[in-house]
Amino acid sequence: MNKQRRNVLKTCSGAALMSLLAAAGIIAPGIALAEWNKAAFDAKSMADTLKALGAGTPADSKDVQVTGPDIAENGAVVPVGVSSTLPNVTMVAILIEKNPNALAASFTLPEGTEANVQTRVKMGQTSNVYALVKSDGKFFMATKEIKVTLGGCGG
Amino acid sequence: MATNPMKIRATNKDGVTEVKVLVSHEMETGQRKDASGAIVPAWFITELTAKHNDRLVLAGELGTAVSKNPYLAFRFKGGAKGDKISVSWKDNKGESRTDEAAIA
Repeated sequence: MNKQRRNVLKTCSGAALMSLLAAAGIIAPGIALAEWNKAAFDAKSMADTLKALGAGTPADSKDVQVTGPDIAENGAVVPVGVSSTLPNVTMVAILIEKNPNALAASFTLPEGTEANVQTRVKMGQTSNVYALVKSDGKFFMATKEIKVTLGGCGG
Repeated sequence: MATNPMKIRATNKDGVTEVKVLVSHEMETGQRKDASGAIVPAWFITELTAKHNDRLVLAGELGTAVSKNPYLAFRFKGGAKGDKISVSWKDNKGESRTDEAAIA
């Protein structure tokens, strides 16, 4: 493992320096562009997470769908999907209300990528799962309750 | 630390490419305790990007709530048989990996 590279990544947080590194081919450019939103992932409650994402209070929308099981037997692996028919979707995020940190994942979708993302998440307990979608600069949300019979956090 | 390769499957149908990725990663939350009661430190993927040839098609930020050995599926318009799909991830320890696959 290249220790020096780690230190470089740790000590430089400036975007300019990161892009310089990217240009030099030290780190993959795509990764350098996205800066992990620590505030959003550290936020505990739904409201704080939405604030950290800059989403304010999203409107409920019928054009956003959360897919997943009604009952998940194993909270460690819950298949969850987000899809939307709204135009110009640039971002989708999955939030789990009762997890220690609400935000599970967020995805930036460049033009041409469909608003249809599936993944698997961990759920500590039965909770509402929210799909947050940014369309034309506005945020929309949909909810689905997923019951968990065996939690996925702890053990 | 050695990282294991991702499984990437990309298929094109009617002009839309569906990409499925299975990443091999512990995704430790930092909330679990080991047998002696010490907290297992968090170790998880923070960023994941996917490219079609050299065009970015997905940029994801993941939290600890994503399952162990994360699975991800998404679709984008365009892409043709034989085109290159590359997926890269980076974790909170600074580890990273890139794997490639061709659209089938």
